[in-house]
Amino acid sequence: MNIYVCISHVPDSTTKVKIGPSGKEIDEEGVTFILNPYDEYAVEAGLRLKEKQGGEVTAVCVGDDVVKETIRKALAMGVDKGLLIKADRSRDSFGIAQAIADVLRDRSPDVIFCGKQSIDYDSSQVAGMLGELLGFPSVSAIVGLEMNGDGSVTLERDIEGGQEISKTTFPVVLSTDKGLNEPRYPKLQGIMAAKRKPIEEIEAAPYENRVQVLEMRMPPAKDAGKIVGEGVDAVPELVKLLHEEAKVI
Amino acid sequence: MASQFIGVDYYSIESLLSEEERMARDVVRRFVEEKVLPIIEDHYMAGTFPDELIPHIAGLGVLGATLPEKYGCAGANNIVYGLMNQELERGDSGVRSFASVQSGLVMYPIFKYGSEEQRQEWLPVLATGEKIGCFGLTEPDHGSDPGSMVTKAVETDNGYLLNGAKMWITNGSVADVAVVWAKLNGIVRGFLVEKGTPGYTTSDMKGKHSLRASVTSELVFSDCEIPKENILPNVTGLRGPLSCLTQARYGIAWGAIGSAMACYDAALNYAKTRIQFGKPIASFQLVQQKLVRMLTEITKAQLLALQLGRLKDAGTMRFTQVSLAKRNNVAMALECARTARTILGANGITSEYPVMRHMANLESVYTYEGTHDIHTLIIGADITGIEAYA
Ligand SMILES: Cc1cc2nc3c(=O)[nH]c(=O)nc-3n(C[C@H](O)[C@H](O)[C@H](O)COP(=O)(O)OP(=O)(O)OC[C@H]3O[C@@H](n4cnc5c(N)ncnc54)[C@H](O)[C@@H]3O)c2cc1C
Ligand SMILES: Cc1cc2nc3c(=O)[nH]c(=O)nc-3n(C[C@H](O)[C@H](O)[C@H](O)COP(=O)(O)OP(=O)(O)OC[C@H]3O[C@@H](n4cnc5c(N)ncnc54)[C@H](O)[C@@H]3O)c2cc1C
Repeated sequence: MNIYVCISHVPDSTTKVKIGPSGKEIDEEGVTFILNPYDEYAVEAGLRLKEKQGGEVTAVCVGDDVVKETIRKALAMGVDKGLLIKADRSRDSFGIAQAIADVLRDRSPDVIFCGKQSIDYDSSQVAGMLGELLGFPSVSAIVGLEMNGDGSVTLERDIEGGQEISKTTFPVVLSTDKGLNEPRYPKLQGIMAAKRKPIEEIEAAPYENRVQVLEMRMPPAKDAGKIVGEGVDAVPELVKLLHEEAKVI
Repeated sequence: MASQFIGVDYYSIESLLSEEERMARDVVRRFVEEKVLPIIEDHYMAGTFPDELIPHIAGLGVLGATLPEKYGCAGANNIVYGLMNQELERGDSGVRSFASVQSGLVMYPIFKYGSEEQRQEWLPVLATGEKIGCFGLTEPDHGSDPGSMVTKAVETDNGYLLNGAKMWITNGSVADVAVVWAKLNGIVRGFLVEKGTPGYTTSDMKGKHSLRASVTSELVFSDCEIPKENILPNVTGLRGPLSCLTQARYGIAWGAIGSAMACYDAALNYAKTRIQFGKPIASFQLVQQKLVRMLTEITKAQLLALQLGRLKDAGTMRFTQVSLAKRNNVAMALECARTARTILGANGITSEYPVMRHMANLESVYTYEGTHDIHTLIIGADITGIEAYA
């Protein structure tokens, strides 16, 4: 099988993000980047599919040279090769999906896995757009995947209050959710092998963002707490404020 | 997913590491967070080794990490190996002990002093954790002075007959193979003794207040006959076991930093949130002074370990330099643990926090692999040219 996994390079969830001087992007100074956690399920799914069906797994990332480190993390987990589609990292989701679709169209992918969303911008758009651009079915946020004898695939998704089971055929775009699998830890041997695995580089076609970010804002600072009094005597005042000021009761 | 623990790096030591070194460390860091920390306190309290972790630790490639790929190992450099020890010991010294005994004290001598057959037989299965090893040097009456050991080997028609006892042996009762040091015609030699060999018995040591999540055993050999091909052919004399200790001490010098980081991290977080006299205790000068001292000592220890690793990779490291790092870093970690304990007040004595466990563990680490004082004498002899052991 010809398996592709789209991965993204995102700030570590433990780092405190600051907004850069332009006000439209984050300041990357001192930020550590990781492989997007939802993409780890995608990489794992790709590797398991290859282990069962044979074939090759390629990790695809749209970005600049910086993201190679993240591609190597996927290679360390066991992915066979990397594909860096070179483009400015400020592309919107459509620009990313289009860049990937342009390159993969002629490579006859059987499955393209994506994480259900990236934890930085949370757009959850690339997988669906990719399916549309390539004319493939796409199923989002899968938590189960079973290959059938007839070449179709059965998928499981968590939906409000239950599960949905669906069936589709290859080629297909699948986005992965937590619960699909437990991503493996890269083995030291894999980490060492990663730097010897090839990363192909292709220049993306020029693209004008369709969506422009105007401004980024930090969440508003929390106001200081207020002590309205002590003991039973304070209750009426508290009830009044909760009702009139906070409007929660 | 990244680990919640972001390490201690006041001096951008991160920038001195390669991408591969960082990646190897981060994987073990995350493993410790996800698999070790959730279970370790229970094992510690119960006095059991978490053997469910063995396949995972092996899967990460930690065991014999620096040995060649043809034996199923990763052929990694010493910084990678050191960082992995650091992260494992942030989990627990017992977990790190398991890995460093297997790597430095079992796989290393088989690799370095074993026959090709011994390497082929043992190294791949020790690397995957399918087989466990232990290292028997210390005896009930001979610890710091192993040269006076009394365990004896006598040549027989079929092989060697061992008699004697080894004590304080990490992984002892769970080991499939023991690297045992005994005197053959008065000269120290290494032997591979397999579990189940008649005349070879083990029993676990009870009543430990330290390294409780690690197996420590006594090995007894009474007319235990092992085949001829089980002697390590390529080393004679005390140099054999001592060179293994150099490997394991190297890992300990890094491991101790992990324990110290865990304690510092716990103390710093606690100090920022614990309110006394209406303020976080981190706002008191005395508490800040303690935190600053811990941070300073950890930073020094990190640089010491890093340069030691670079020397080891360059092939120029001397064993006395390992003594200096083991001696300094373990004492530093023990002091950090004790200081962190004071900052945590009464909470510091409980299993809610890792501090008391690290402190108790480090008491063993301070003593094994050459006591703190013995390392003082090793370095003292090196710089003065005068031995002060006896
Ligand atoms: C949990 C644990 C696990 C261990 N695992 C192993 C293992 O896997 N394999 C193994 O072979 N051993 C193992 N050991 C044994 C360890 O290496 C010894 O405990 C250590 O070498 C010290 O020996 P000892 O305990 O007999 O102390 P002793 O040698 O009796 O020393 C007691 C004290 O006297 C001091 N002292 C001794 N000689 C001198 C001197 N000349 N000058 C000044 N002071 C001196 C020492 O520094 C120490 O403070 C382990 C120990 C522990 C606690
Ligand atoms: C086993 C055990 C038994 C106990 N038994 C009893 C008992 O029978 N009855 C009882 O009443 N209590 C008992 N205690 C409680 C004990 O007295 C308290 O733990 C002790 O007073 C410290 O308080 P704390 O643990 O809340 O630490 P904290 O007061 O939170 O102190 C934490 C750290 O901050 C430091 N610190 C606090 N304030 C300052 C400051 N202003 N400047 C600089 N440093 C500061 C402290 O020195 C310490 O290092 C017991 C404790 C233990 C561990």
